[in-house]
Amino acid sequence: MEDLHTQFFTSAGVVRAVDGVNLEVFPGETVGIVGESGCGKTMTAFSILRLVPQPGRITEGKITFRDRDVLAMDEQEVRDFRGNEVSMIFQDPMTSMNPVTAVGAQIQEAMTAHSRFSFQEAKRRVVPLLKQVRIPEAEQRAGDYPHQFSGGMRQRSMIAMGLSNEPAMIIADEPTTALDVTVQAQVIQLLKALNQELGTAIMLITHNMALVASICSRVVVMYAGRVVEEGPVRQIFESPQHPYTWSLLRSVPRVDFEIAERLVSIKGLPPDLTRMPPGCKFHPRCRFKVDRCETEEPSLDSVGPSQRARCWVLMRNVPEAEREEAKAESAVSKDAANVLKEVASEVGLTSAPPGA
Amino acid sequence: MGAPSRGGALLQVQRFLGSRGGHLAFYVFKRVLWLVPVLFFVILVTFVLAHAAPGGPWDRNGGRELSDAVRKAKDIKYGLDKPFWEQFVIYVGNVIHFDFGTSLQSEGIDVKDRIFTGWKYTAQIGLLAFLFIVPVGIGTGVIAALRQNTWVDYVVLALSTAGAAVPNFVVGFFLVILLAIIPYKFTGGNFALPVSGPPADDAWFGIDIHYLMPVLTLAFLPIAYIGRLTRSSTLETLRQDYVRTAWAKGLPERKVVIGHVLKNSLIPVVTALGPLFAILVTGSVVVESVFQIPGVGKMFIDSIGARDYPVILGLVIQFALIVAIANLIVDILYVVIDPRIRLE
Amino acid sequence: MAVAVAGAGAPAAIDWEVPEQVGLWSDAWRRFRRNKVAVIGLCLVGILVLDAIASALLSTTGHYLWADPFKQDVNNIFAGSSAAHPFGQDELGRDVFARVLKGAEISMQIGLLTQLIILVIGGLVGLTAGYFGGWVDNLLMRFTDVMYAFPDLLFIIVVVAAMGRSLLSIFVAISVVNWVNLARLIRGQVLQLREKEFVEGARASGSTPLKIILKHLLPNSLGPIIVSLTFGIPQAIFLEAVLSYLGAGLPPPTPSWGVMTHDGYDAISADPVLVIFPAIAIAITMLSFTFIGDGLRDALDPRMRK
Repeated sequence: MEDLHTQFFTSAGVVRAVDGVNLEVFPGETVGIVGESGCGKTMTAFSILRLVPQPGRITEGKITFRDRDVLAMDEQEVRDFRGNEVSMIFQDPMTSMNPVTAVGAQIQEAMTAHSRFSFQEAKRRVVPLLKQVRIPEAEQRAGDYPHQFSGGMRQRSMIAMGLSNEPAMIIADEPTTALDVTVQAQVIQLLKALNQELGTAIMLITHNMALVASICSRVVVMYAGRVVEEGPVRQIFESPQHPYTWSLLRSVPRVDFEIAERLVSIKGLPPDLTRMPPGCKFHPRCRFKVDRCETEEPSLDSVGPSQRARCWVLMRNVPEAEREEAKAESAVSKDAANVLKEVASEVGLTSAPPGA
Repeated sequence: MGAPSRGGALLQVQRFLGSRGGHLAFYVFKRVLWLVPVLFFVILVTFVLAHAAPGGPWDRNGGRELSDAVRKAKDIKYGLDKPFWEQFVIYVGNVIHFDFGTSLQSEGIDVKDRIFTGWKYTAQIGLLAFLFIVPVGIGTGVIAALRQNTWVDYVVLALSTAGAAVPNFVVGFFLVILLAIIPYKFTGGNFALPVSGPPADDAWFGIDIHYLMPVLTLAFLPIAYIGRLTRSSTLETLRQDYVRTAWAKGLPERKVVIGHVLKNSLIPVVTALGPLFAILVTGSVVVESVFQIPGVGKMFIDSIGARDYPVILGLVIQFALIVAIANLIVDILYVVIDPRIRLE
Repeated sequence: MAVAVAGAGAPAAIDWEVPEQVGLWSDAWRRFRRNKVAVIGLCLVGILVLDAIASALLSTTGHYLWADPFKQDVNNIFAGSSAAHPFGQDELGRDVFARVLKGAEISMQIGLLTQLIILVIGGLVGLTAGYFGGWVDNLLMRFTDVMYAFPDLLFIIVVVAAMGRSLLSIFVAISVVNWVNLARLIRGQVLQLREKEFVEGARASGSTPLKIILKHLLPNSLGPIIVSLTFGIPQAIFLEAVLSYLGAGLPPPTPSWGVMTHDGYDAISADPVLVIFPAIAIAITMLSFTFIGDGLRDALDPRMRK
């Protein structure tokens, strides 16, 4: 496989969903892209396939795939690029399949759209593909419609569809969020196996740090449309340098806490992408900020062997005591969050608007 | 051999009823059965209302006042002297044997024959309008949705909003003025499109220029209705995740639009074809009155005015049947095109 | 660092808080006002309503808004437009402008009163059927089946024929045929809302059914009901007009727009303009109400709320 190199500086409209992201994925690599919802992960993925929905637009930047400029491709070329060289698996398996076409036909269509396989070959490949993603009784189930499949089976069929053309890279956008825990594990196993057996590069988009730890070799942390930290998984987990990464890692699920509740412990919400704060985009929520953070935005600088972070402070410069203090604080704020949740549900009890 | 084969047959029946096709057959059967009480009530209500109306069938007999003796004789001849409920029971009994009686206005003519003659015109106009409505309505709706927020979209939206709100007889008036009266005045009486009456008997397939304005008038509102529905349904579908999946697969635009967008967005349009039949039936009443066409619609208005009870009832029954059959066909179509639908 | 933030020196004024929650109705009104077509519709309807009220009030004192809509002038039949008769005179020499003005009164009565009757009947049956279910619900659904079996217009024609051609029978006919839709809508709304947590909460805290209906269900399903009633107004106006046009509605001397189109179309070769005025009046009225309905539907749609 040739060198796969993706790089772009984009912006979708006035909402700067993806704001100057530099990113590369090497052949056969598994990269995790993490961050809270609304930080631009999904839009980054859509940009790669030029699927940015209206009224979004890629305004700047460059995407290169095997030395070819994706943004300069004409309709025909981009059509042949999608699903053939890079394919994508979407967040919600419930809504991502056409409800009125049989699953097998949808997979077959993914192949007949490209010239890699002949019509007959495509037809023959459907059942083995479904078997490969461990759909039981694949011969019969190929004729079923999506509503007859369980969520996990649909997601696995989506994966079958994604790998049907043996692409160089699969982008998996939150492939497990809509599934329950046991099914999640199956899907992850499947992606891992794919990467190892076929050498397909995987770009895994998620907010779940544990997931990244289990299959990725490299991780990219995004915040407010930009990369704030990147590096090898082990290194990032052991010594995160950006306070945001540090907080995210503090929210890795432990036996006694739910993910959502722990995430609340990063106080506040991600910034409104139309009205970004000046300086470092994370500073309104950062516990370790210095004056400079409020006025000047740091650049993504090298902070260790192949690790880069976008921060003026860097966690290694934060004294141990201050970190402990922040941890304690986050525990308090978790309780506060619970109280807030209760209040919210009580309010909902008396004044829920119709259809809310 | 008898027992096992009977068991096998039973098993087959069970298996059939368990299958999708079996469910459908059972559902159709239930719907047809349900039609019997519905029709009974429709007949009952119409019978009561028609007879409750002031006046009777002998009031306007060619402009001549009839003497009481003649009226009485006619009443006896057509059973109108009997008590109301007896008349009703006799009528229902006759209907079961497909006997709808004879017209009171055009005495001696079988109601079935009268209705059948009227259908010739109504069906022709209705079919022509239908053939016009479906492609134009769906076509404009799809194009407007695919070109959302362009001038094409705005024109379609404006026309379909107006089309859905302007009454059909008003549309008819404007067509008459535009295509007949104005040309007539401008050509000094030499040219005008015909505004009334059926086509000539020797016309090609019974169709000629007489039908132009009736068909346009009848099609106007349904085109707007189907166009609006198609547009909104297609816009909704375009936002669906599976359409994005289709793009991500690298399908060409034509395949995405036909195989993924339209395949889903036309489902509600197909279900609207049932109500469309009711609209066409109602429309035919108005259109045939505006353009003086002797179809069933005009016949209905005339028979109400003339208190021609058998014709009123015959027409009501066949209108109800048509609407019911159209709805049933649409429901079956719905099951055929949407695999998610399961009927109880 | 491609992002240049304006006014970076004075960031103090920028608040990162969530904007304040706006009330449902003021929010809806704000969105309705932004819809220009709907606002134009509202203005036109306002004029029509004023016309109708003024002509109704004046007629009780023996005065007219413009002229006597019944006064015949056989010497001036089919007279063209003049200062005294801006829309000309009809086949009996009556003033067409006066008749069009008076016609608004009848159309508004039909449009608004039928919706009131429909709201009362449909509301009561729908709420009962939805909230309690049981035989009321069953009866409603079966009744709907029968009603759907037959085109509305034809049924209304039969009812009006049975009751005699008068304003009252047209009210009754339209309401009797059209309340079913509203009842079904309300039933559906109630069924949906009944399962919502806040209603269960109210029930658990011991509220009576009536209280729950009035306090929780009604306000929550108000949006769709208002939209349905708004669309019902042009429908009723259309039904009266078409009935009268067909000669099955209001009797001739009445200055209803439908009757005027009937008389005007009979005389179309003598004076094609006669049919145009009432036809345009009907079209504009129906369009205005439809625009308002569209605007309301979009404004009250909770999915449109930001």
